[in-house]
Amino acid sequence: MTHNLIADTISLTGHGEDQIEAYLAQPTDADRVGSIVVIHHMPGYDEDTKEICRKFAANGYNALMPNLYSREAPGADPDDAAALVRANGGVPDERLVGDVEAAMQRLTSLSNSNGKVASIGHCSGGRQSFLAGCRLPLDAVIDCYGAFVTLDAPAEMPFKFKAVVGEAPNLSAPVLGLFGADDQNPTIEQVAVLDEALTKAGKEHEFHTYEGAGHAFFWVSRPSYRPETAKEGWSVIFEFLGRTIS
Amino acid sequence: MCTYQTERVIVRGSGKSRQGWMKVTDATVYFDHPVHFPAGHALMIDVTDPTKGPDARIALELDPASARALADAILLTLDHAPAGLLAEFAPS
Repeated sequence: MTHNLIADTISLTGHGEDQIEAYLAQPTDADRVGSIVVIHHMPGYDEDTKEICRKFAANGYNALMPNLYSREAPGADPDDAAALVRANGGVPDERLVGDVEAAMQRLTSLSNSNGKVASIGHCSGGRQSFLAGCRLPLDAVIDCYGAFVTLDAPAEMPFKFKAVVGEAPNLSAPVLGLFGADDQNPTIEQVAVLDEALTKAGKEHEFHTYEGAGHAFFWVSRPSYRPETAKEGWSVIFEFLGRTIS
Repeated sequence: MCTYQTERVIVRGSGKSRQGWMKVTDATVYFDHPVHFPAGHALMIDVTDPTKGPDARIALELDPASARALADAILLTLDHAPAGLLAEFAPS
């Protein structure tokens, strides 16, 4: 069954009390529902990621995606905003965590919320979803092929991403990890390192690595899209959310 | 994968963006997911004036062979330009 939904752009008081744009999708025919913070990928607050928010709502979850690039590029096209933020070195971790925390608070304040909140991110958002789970009281964490979780970004890159695997003992919630066997960032070996770290820290986690898929296999409008893998991945996601935040 | 690799260059010239003709001051070159070109990755070039806002940007997404051909063509063109015409850009 899919739900009726409403989706809208809202203003969210984010990290540092900054007013940022966000995209909220809610089922209109369900009560006491779980919620999820959708962390957009590096290409930005784009149409495809808004569609992901609507998919969560159609499946009975409130979904809220903060525009992480609101401050640098208010009102800009997602690709222009992404290019600007990329040139500036990306989104600082502290600000990201603050924006996710603000999104969590907004979600739990919704009248149809059951009080539980998950996070999900793809690509750079996968790392950020994991990071949020280490620093915030989430109920579930989904990392879709997040890079630089287990190793630092190379020094020559403008991005100052640091590995976050060391924060695993602070994880607040079960982790679902979805990866492509052909991905180079993260590689199968890096995923194994993360798996081992979570096991060592005694953290509940469930990893799936799909053969025949590389990076960004969920991204519907790009050649990296793998329909069968994405369909299976969505099924795993909804099963995970059903048991963690429903 | 997202390569995250980015080269930044200070440039001097003009380009035509959504804002029309404009001065450009910065360029970034990277190999990552394109927005429009139908490939997993592309050689991306953004030429911008950051002081004029996010849409003050001329963007290119090229396949690697095209990017190399373009780079070669630029260098060849400059190599063949009459020295006299390049004089105005000589350091003073």
